[in-house]
Amino acid sequence: MHNSKDFKIPIGPQHPALKEPEGFSVALKGEKILGVDIRLGYNHRGIEKAAEERSYVQDIYLIERVCGICSHSHATCFVQAVEEIAGLIVPVRALYIRTIIAELERIHSHLLWLGVAGHEIGFDTLLMYSWRDREVVMDILAAITGNRVNYGMNTIGGVRRDIDIRQTEEIFKGLDILEERTKYYIEVATQETTIIKRLSGVGVLSREDVLRLDAVGPTARASGVKRDVRADDPYAAYAQLPFEVITDEHADVYGRTVVRVKELMESYRIIRQALKDLPAGPISVRAPRKIPVGEAISRYEAPRGEDVHYVKSNGTEKPERVKIRAPTLANVQAVKHMLRDRYLADMPIVVAAIDPCFSCTDRMVALKEEDCTRAKVINWQALHTFSIQWYKQQGVDFTELNKKLQGKLEG
Amino acid sequence: MLGALFYILVFPGFLFLVFSALAAEFIDRKIYARLQNRVGPPWFQPLADFIKLLAKEDIIPAESNPKMFQVAPVFALTAAITAFLYIPLWGKEALLSFNGDVIIVLYLLTLPTLAFFIGGWYSTSLYSRLGAVRSLMQLFAYEVPLFMGILASALLADTWSLKEMAVFYTLHPGFWMFNLMGFAISLVSLLGKLEKVPFDIPEAETEVVAGGFTEYSGRMLAYLRLTLNVEMVVGSSLLALVFFPFGLDLGPVSGFLLFLFKVLFIIGLISLLRTVVARLRIDQMINFCWKYLVPLALLQILLNLVLKGTLLK
Repeated sequence: MHNSKDFKIPIGPQHPALKEPEGFSVALKGEKILGVDIRLGYNHRGIEKAAEERSYVQDIYLIERVCGICSHSHATCFVQAVEEIAGLIVPVRALYIRTIIAELERIHSHLLWLGVAGHEIGFDTLLMYSWRDREVVMDILAAITGNRVNYGMNTIGGVRRDIDIRQTEEIFKGLDILEERTKYYIEVATQETTIIKRLSGVGVLSREDVLRLDAVGPTARASGVKRDVRADDPYAAYAQLPFEVITDEHADVYGRTVVRVKELMESYRIIRQALKDLPAGPISVRAPRKIPVGEAISRYEAPRGEDVHYVKSNGTEKPERVKIRAPTLANVQAVKHMLRDRYLADMPIVVAAIDPCFSCTDRMVALKEEDCTRAKVINWQALHTFSIQWYKQQGVDFTELNKKLQGKLEG
Repeated sequence: MLGALFYILVFPGFLFLVFSALAAEFIDRKIYARLQNRVGPPWFQPLADFIKLLAKEDIIPAESNPKMFQVAPVFALTAAITAFLYIPLWGKEALLSFNGDVIIVLYLLTLPTLAFFIGGWYSTSLYSRLGAVRSLMQLFAYEVPLFMGILASALLADTWSLKEMAVFYTLHPGFWMFNLMGFAISLVSLLGKLEKVPFDIPEAETEVVAGGFTEYSGRMLAYLRLTLNVEMVVGSSLLALVFFPFGLDLGPVSGFLLFLFKVLFIIGLISLLRTVVARLRIDQMINFCWKYLVPLALLQILLNLVLKGTLLK
């Protein structure tokens, strides 16, 4: 380091710029970025594998915890896939309620993002303001679902809670406040000189690059690509509700900000219409415990972009395979491209601009050194046996307990 | 002898300065918090933080140069405190004074930044080094407009001594109003010196963790933080004297109150400025200083030269 002019600095896994642990290694020359290495895997939790070990109903709650911010997105996406395999016809009222929660979640996610973006460019006042106003939507969500995050609204075949008249009025009242505040944020984001200086021309991703790198969500829409599952492949009640797909031609972080704040206005419109049209009827249908053999892919427009879930069932009460493609995985490739020839100071905001959710996206990545002899690939069964053996060596033996549990379950 | 020691160590020297620095930090943080719709800290928070840090363990990185690492904070604090002794606060008299002390004060206020650089550089941590280089890079941008802004005022008074500047502006009341542009320039540059938003680039936490301060802990971090607060008080007092030199012959009590009011006004402006803007990038910051602040400062100097040639003839 003493002799060379360029050096590598680690941003993460622990770094104040990142809200979640993930490793970036940035090669620098002075303040200029020469290259970025993104190392996924620090926050891998093995949720897909864990889902195979649990029943479908348990999986809803497990998969809801894939992400704290877009918990409803993942749960809905999963439930939609299972419903498709089981051939369930979900009541329309349930679809509308899902849509309302989904849009409320988008509002809270976008407001949260606005604050984080403000913090990344050293504008803490924006953070404090937008997070204060975010409380309004959090309160609405808590009033409807009982929780601020991880709402637990979905069940296979519908939703678990209804929205009553009193709650409807509360939502309308909250939306009025939020709409007024959002207009103010649109003004701030598009007129404040230092914000514009820090955002425009930073992290440029051209239309061609979006198509080549398969970016999704606001990242793609900010480059003029009209890509929104809600419009392209409508699910829940989106086909019946009027809304515009917001796009922008700036193709930079500024464009992504504009897209997000304008999407807030669309969300208010969708929720208002959905509440007005909310049809009467049951909120769920009875679902079978065992899902018939089959497989399905479900798409969902999460606040961060397109979320894809694949579920394969084998006729039992547990899925055979669950595959989650979180939107960040689609966007994270683009970050490397966006950071080319930028300054180190742009790094936090460019990473933040895709609204990354690393724990959702994390995959196990094994980096094997060439001369490493200790690493080997083993299958699931072998790993299971190995872990039992390993715990036995430590003096922990679950065989007796397992037998007791099995006996209790059967008896 | 005892009297001199009292002046240097207690009032208006070391102790007074330390407490007013802590008070300044509180006021700054409180205004910042209230403007951001937060509650903000209680009045004793800076003192509590300071005492807590003093009680903590000092960790010196194994890779660092321990001597330079330890000397830098003390050096910075000493320089900032010494600068205070040359500034006339509420009268026309300073504790120490000679012809040329404007330069000395500005020089002493530059030293802490240099010490931050040395401390950061010898920490040998990547973030520290980046932060250290940034603080030095920033120094070259804000220092010139700051010097020019303050010296423009000295130029009008035709002296290099702060004491004589005070005398001149008392004799020519209202002349300070010609320097208001210089005040704006110096205030913005002062933000760079104090490493506050929008010029908190050397310690931008989302980029370089805490910049040059990353590896510091315990007592040395306490000194570094105190240095920045002392710099805030010294800088504000300097600006108060140079740009608002009125009411200097009011006598001790009302003079002191007026002085406090002036300093509070400047600290309030600093807090306000850092509330309403985002952090700039280092290249934007340097561009801004050289493209806008320096030409404006030159204009101020030109204006003062013209004034000298006409009004003061």
